[in-house]
Amino acid sequence: MAKKEIKKLEYFTDWKYAPAPEATDHISLKKQYDLFINGKFVKPNSGKHFDTINPATEEHISSIAEANEKDVDSAVKAARGAYDKTWSKMPAKERAKYIYRIARLIQERARELSVIETLDGGKSIRESRDIDVPLAANHFFYYAGWADKLEYAFPNRNPKSLGVAGQVIPWNFPLLMAAWKIAPALATGNTVVLKPAETTSLTALKLAEIIQESGLPDGVVNIITGHGPVGASMVNHKDINKIAFTGSTGVGKWIQKAIAGTDKKLTLELGGKAANIIFEDAPINQAVEGIINGIFFNQGHVCCAGSRLFVQESVADEVIRKLKDRLETLIVGDPLDKNTDIGAINSKMQLNKINEYLKIGVNDGAEMYQSSCSIPKKGFFVRPTLFLNTSQSHRISQEEIFGPVLAVQTFRTIEEVIEKANNIPYGLSAGVWTDKGSRIFNMTSKLRAGVVWANTYNKFDPTSPFGGYKESGFGREGGLHGLMPYLKF
Amino acid sequence: MAYDFKNSPVIDQVGIEERVARFNTRSIKKGSKVQALKLALNMIDLTTLEGKDTEGKVRQMCYKAIHPHIAMPGLPSTAAVCVYPTMVKTAKDALKGSSVKVASVSTAFPSGNSTMQIKLLDTKFALDNGADEIDMVISRGEFLKGNYNFVFDEIASIKELCKKYDTRLKVIFETGEISTLDNVRRASDIAIYAGADFIKTSTGKIGVAATMPVTLVMLDAIKDYYFKTGIMVGMKPAGGISAAKGALQYLVMLHETLGNAWLDNKWFRFGASSLANDLILQLEKEVRGVYFSKDYISVD
Repeated sequence: MAKKEIKKLEYFTDWKYAPAPEATDHISLKKQYDLFINGKFVKPNSGKHFDTINPATEEHISSIAEANEKDVDSAVKAARGAYDKTWSKMPAKERAKYIYRIARLIQERARELSVIETLDGGKSIRESRDIDVPLAANHFFYYAGWADKLEYAFPNRNPKSLGVAGQVIPWNFPLLMAAWKIAPALATGNTVVLKPAETTSLTALKLAEIIQESGLPDGVVNIITGHGPVGASMVNHKDINKIAFTGSTGVGKWIQKAIAGTDKKLTLELGGKAANIIFEDAPINQAVEGIINGIFFNQGHVCCAGSRLFVQESVADEVIRKLKDRLETLIVGDPLDKNTDIGAINSKMQLNKINEYLKIGVNDGAEMYQSSCSIPKKGFFVRPTLFLNTSQSHRISQEEIFGPVLAVQTFRTIEEVIEKANNIPYGLSAGVWTDKGSRIFNMTSKLRAGVVWANTYNKFDPTSPFGGYKESGFGREGGLHGLMPYLKF
Repeated sequence: MAYDFKNSPVIDQVGIEERVARFNTRSIKKGSKVQALKLALNMIDLTTLEGKDTEGKVRQMCYKAIHPHIAMPGLPSTAAVCVYPTMVKTAKDALKGSSVKVASVSTAFPSGNSTMQIKLLDTKFALDNGADEIDMVISRGEFLKGNYNFVFDEIASIKELCKKYDTRLKVIFETGEISTLDNVRRASDIAIYAGADFIKTSTGKIGVAATMPVTLVMLDAIKDYYFKTGIMVGMKPAGGISAAKGALQYLVMLHETLGNAWLDNKWFRFGASSLANDLILQLEKEVRGVYFSKDYISVD
């Protein structure tokens, strides 16, 4: 039989999906946002505000207050006052009611929060609507349940709250990270000073409005905005009992040095460079789908993104062909469009960093393959990218890119892949794809990563602890484990 | 072609269901919706497969197949009508001069529990009466016993007969009976390698008919075969698809799995009886901006 020519499949040429943008007329945003301290929005001492823009259009959305050391101090004072006077004295079941109320209010305003998250951060509306906002509400619901059951969570250990928690969160899941931080802190009886990232402060400030509406006693949660130095003064503040940080490993290391010798408790959730491993017996089509979601979820701005793919050599050609094919069906563009799979890169700075890594990969001799999709002229966008023929020694295989870039390596044996998967300074997450149950258990016990997903990837649930090994940080968030960093025994 | 059907690729059900859920979040609006509604109408195998079928009923359905909704000029006809072998002649006469094809079920439809001899005679009768397409069923009992070669051979024999008449063959698995997605994949591989021109989910005669997860597994099998051989195979989900919204979701899945080349009734069909009128209702809504009474749409 003469072999027919096998053409690449074409998508979105004869049947294009009409734009389906989510409406934005239902949201309310102020022109300017101040600091949320002691239950009120107050002007920053600096008198300065900075712009926050929509990364998909580069248009100005609102102005955000730049806090300074004095503001940090008054936020901490407010938190301390609330802790001493009301929050630590309140019966736990009353605390739970407030947390529950916040969860309900997030649900009620889910649509508005999703749209603002997408406008401010560039992530697709599908993800903010289906993942970020519902998960944020679920974290509050979940920890509301624990508030009056701490004695049962830690029997005979007499758990006690710490006091004031200083929390610094990143720009990749702004509202969700705020929920991860605030919900367990409140459930365990602590008060909070939270600083969102400077590029994505808006949903945290909307959360401040929700907190006001919930009637939470003044000062229990304070939200202050600004750049790096604000976080630094929180870390250095003498009256903070606990620092919780999610962000880059570089900053995490600095924080750990800064608080050395103090009695501050610390949790760090830092970078990652996860290995996603496909064995030859895996359900290949579903594995390919999982690899795609593992790296392109949230434009790859995910600390646990599956950014290193290890594929067994016997199925490598098939997997790579399928990855290339699937890349063509990812819709890149307007984050507000309900059909968009990959939205905008969060900031110009991050875009430059990703593009720099693309250059490094090519210069180092890896084979770059990108989707043929067109990307908008305005705004910060990157085509979904594969790097083939990479080795463990490539920089793109070692360093966290935090973008839609997948480095693909092949392997031959199980020993080889375990060694290579662990051969990285990070250890946040990993993925294993195989039809064989025993192999899954073997791999999970040998992979040095805080989370190992089997035949799935990027699954988050408030009941499940999340956190890292090695340079990916320490301490767990979520689940019963997520209570511990906010308690003393 | 050597292929061990025991080693068909494994399927992860959770992964399949998640992928389907993603297809279902696609929002199809305006022009793209009208285009898809018309395409879906043009992909229907308008079906009547009942004990009480008569020539009269079949003739009425054939007229509907050619003229789905006279109030809306420019609508396509359906792809085919699907009937029992004894009705093929009637349908063929009624559809004379139109582009609508006649598909006949065969091989002791719907159970397939008969001898090979009778299955061949059944098929030959339909072909001699002018059937353009044959929708055969596989022996599910033999399949579940692991007699994959038996199933392969019966498909190959029917295919051989169809080839003589230059008629396309659809192979029905009755996925509700073979139950697991692993089995659906295996049946797909068997049928495709045995020469099926189309693979089809269901007879419509049992409770569980076409579902999106089952259809996705079959589309993946078609895709894998295409990338091995360059040969295209068609897909026909049948039974249980009666709403336009569901049909659009199937089309999104088809489109994003197999691409533009399959967006044609040569490669994709809906086996359905009531879907056509819901598509028409939605098309009218796109034109008028409001829904109107179903009494304005003919029932045949």
